[in-house]
Amino acid sequence: MEALGHFNYWMVVLLMMIGLYVVIASGNLIKKIVGLNLFQTSVFILYISMGKRAGGTAPILVEGVVNYSNPLPHVLILTAIVVGVATTAVGLALAVRIYSAYGSIEEADIAEQDQSNSD
Amino acid sequence: MISEHLPVLQVVVPLLAGPVCLLLRRPSANWALAASVSWITLAIAVALLVEVRRAGPIIYQLGGWAAPWGIEYRIDHVNAFVLLIVSGVSAVVLLFARASVQREINNRRINIFYTGWLLCLTGLLGMTATGDAFNVFVFLEISSLATYLLISLHPDRRALSAAFHYLVLGTIGATFILIGIALLYMMTGTLNIVDLAAHLPPVAQTRTVAVAFSFLVIGIGIKAAAFPLHMWLPNAYAYAPSAVTALLAGTATKVAVYLLLRFLFSLFGPGLSFEQYLLDKILLPLAAVGIISMSVAAIYQTTAKKLLAYSSVAQIGYMLLGISLASVTGLTATVLHLFNHALIKSALFMAMGCVVYRIGTTQLASMAGLARCMPWTMAAFVAGGLSLIGVPLTVGFISKWYLILAALERGWMWLAALVVITSLLAVAYVWRVVEVAYFRHRESCAEVAEAPLSLLVPTWLMIAANYYFGVDASLTTGVAGRAAELLFGAAP
Amino acid sequence: MTGLAIAGLNKLFSAVMLFGIYSLLSAALFVALDAVDVAFTEAAVGAGISTILMLGALALTTSRQRQISWHRHGSAIAAVSVTGAVLLYGTADMPMFGDPLVPALTYVVPRYLEQSGSEIGIPNIVTSVLASYRGYDTLGEVTVIFTAAVAVAGRLGRYRAGEDGPVPGAGMAHHLILRVVTKLLLPMILLFALYVQFHGDYGPGGGFQAGVIFAAGFILYGLVFGLESVRKVVPPSVIRILCASGLLLYAGVGVVSLLLGGSFLDYDVLAEDPVSGQHLGIFLVELGVGITVAAAMISLFYAYAAYKGDTA
Repeated sequence: MEALGHFNYWMVVLLMMIGLYVVIASGNLIKKIVGLNLFQTSVFILYISMGKRAGGTAPILVEGVVNYSNPLPHVLILTAIVVGVATTAVGLALAVRIYSAYGSIEEADIAEQDQSNSD
Repeated sequence: MISEHLPVLQVVVPLLAGPVCLLLRRPSANWALAASVSWITLAIAVALLVEVRRAGPIIYQLGGWAAPWGIEYRIDHVNAFVLLIVSGVSAVVLLFARASVQREINNRRINIFYTGWLLCLTGLLGMTATGDAFNVFVFLEISSLATYLLISLHPDRRALSAAFHYLVLGTIGATFILIGIALLYMMTGTLNIVDLAAHLPPVAQTRTVAVAFSFLVIGIGIKAAAFPLHMWLPNAYAYAPSAVTALLAGTATKVAVYLLLRFLFSLFGPGLSFEQYLLDKILLPLAAVGIISMSVAAIYQTTAKKLLAYSSVAQIGYMLLGISLASVTGLTATVLHLFNHALIKSALFMAMGCVVYRIGTTQLASMAGLARCMPWTMAAFVAGGLSLIGVPLTVGFISKWYLILAALERGWMWLAALVVITSLLAVAYVWRVVEVAYFRHRESCAEVAEAPLSLLVPTWLMIAANYYFGVDASLTTGVAGRAAELLFGAAP
Repeated sequence: MTGLAIAGLNKLFSAVMLFGIYSLLSAALFVALDAVDVAFTEAAVGAGISTILMLGALALTTSRQRQISWHRHGSAIAAVSVTGAVLLYGTADMPMFGDPLVPALTYVVPRYLEQSGSEIGIPNIVTSVLASYRGYDTLGEVTVIFTAAVAVAGRLGRYRAGEDGPVPGAGMAHHLILRVVTKLLLPMILLFALYVQFHGDYGPGGGFQAGVIFAAGFILYGLVFGLESVRKVVPPSVIRILCASGLLLYAGVGVVSLLLGGSFLDYDVLAEDPVSGQHLGIFLVELGVGITVAAAMISLFYAYAAYKGDTA
């Protein structure tokens, strides 16, 4: 257990790095949103991992059980998931509008078109 | 009975008005609701500030649960002042918005626009009032989502890509803040800021807390558009609807800087922030480079709105400079500049809104000789520009005065000199607009008339505030000084 | 592992589908970590709503993407490595996974675990914390989803009936089997949603999950029978009113408790004794959450499904 004590957190860091990489590296707007989602989900796992208690059960009161996992991170992450999907929805709506205004969802194309008719 | 609930009403009144506004179908009714609600929140903010000055910090327990189990609102000198800034700017700019928005926004989306405005206001006020770290994140996202909407409502397609860009960076920033909060919670078990500060000392030496610190500073830095994390700001300001730019310039980055103050001082404490993590040593050069490079960038812009946007990033540099001086006087300068710069920039962007109203753009090339056609608008720009530069009798002077005092207090002549020299850069970029508008030739003023009174009056109201608080600075310096003492923990 | 594959894929469609799988996997992980409520939500939102939204966006744009330039790779890898390294550095002093003696489990939380049974009187502690102790956060959360619905409707939607002309995608109404199955499934989905809504006090579930399931029922109906027919059942104007009223209901509970002499969202004052007051308060705010979430999800569906080109 000792050696594996931080294994979850390492996985979180890995996922987070992948997500952030997708956001920064890809020029495609929708891929960026997918990356943001990956990034956010890794943070959800971070919160939930820290709430786990060895041998604990889900935090729903049952007669005779005293060892519950921590409900507070669960509550926070419920909120964060909702915030995440809200951001995704708005971001994708913007991407769709950008596509109809520019005919592309590639960052490079958009920057090019802005350059050519800039004020 | 009402008075004890003022802290929560400050946030809940605009929150309730948001959905109501969506259901109203008449544009004039949307505007009337938003404006009256905004003036009510201003009245509440004034009442709160008076109460805080009389009796000290106000604590309000939401849901009746005591912190740290529940969420509490904690209003002291610092955030009472910021609440006043946010609600004041919103109230005045909304007067301006009516005509400006009618011109710039599709009539069918007016209800969406004002709903977004009210939600944005809710988020900004909620972030400021709360004493709970996670609650900060929730209201931050309310204001952010509403801001992306408001920016993207401008018909120019570049507003869409500016909003998208801001959405991506803003979400990264918010998620960084979320990570920071996670690590702090992991080490202390609490989310309340005051409680966190109390439980931090035993674990203050751990690497985890150090990492939490860096994630929070970077996350908030993105939202505050602190150099070099400012990439989203110029386009977002330049392509947003005029009224939205005036609102954001006066509020959004100000609240983010406030959050930075709150986390650095109230949560981590000056000892940890400066002596252990050496933030002042990092912040000082970044702020200095930011001020200089962004002022220079402003000089080379070809649109007035973008010029002012770059100037905003430079001005945020002055606030960070005040923080990095790590003294009560330096902090006083920062808090003062929060207020003063809100007045300056919202006035200037409103003047630009008048220009857009008449000629549809703020391209410098199109503004040639404009002062002849729109004398009052351009006079407002000059008056606001003087304040931006920091000429005596304006609020800009007060901020810089305190900043120079703080630099001299540390014995850093060169820094005082830097503040003076960068003011000359401000002269240069303000002059670019003035030169074009006053000294270039314009064929005729046949198509261009002076902006209507409904735009000019709010603009001049804000300009008047620039001079009023520049001449009689006792209120602002009093509150800011007290706020700085509180933050620094020097106060009893 | 799935994450790596997403980063590598150039086909956006596959990337999105993989993301759905990834979400389901993380939901499974959440169950293993005792976070049943979160797992439920992640499965419904990450694997469900987010994936559908992404697919919808792809349908409205294009599903191919260009190769990334090497220059971007470099800077991205640099930025990501720094962030990752800093976080890894931070993990060194973190408490061990599952350790019961960490501050996060010994401070603040014991009150929820020990007292919520008597203070609030419902078994699901997550619901107690969500709707009461930290009920104000949840009000903020509902406001966020409301803001998103407004924003998407503001950018994509055209609300007024009759403006749209024929709506694209008449659905799959000609498939007899699909139609029958949908008609059979729909009442069950809606019933299940109601169950989740009102059972949240006892087991995993609550307003948010119920709202999503409820909306999913309507979306299924819309996919099979076409947008036009589902819009006849629930017109967009009704959806908008519902979306606003859920939020108003939640905040209204707060205002009522304020008028009754408590603080904002203090449910104790809503009834004769605190525990039944808490019950009533949680019931009402969860209802508010459910209404707004369902309406917001349906309005997102309308906005994406009815969008066709420029509406600036």
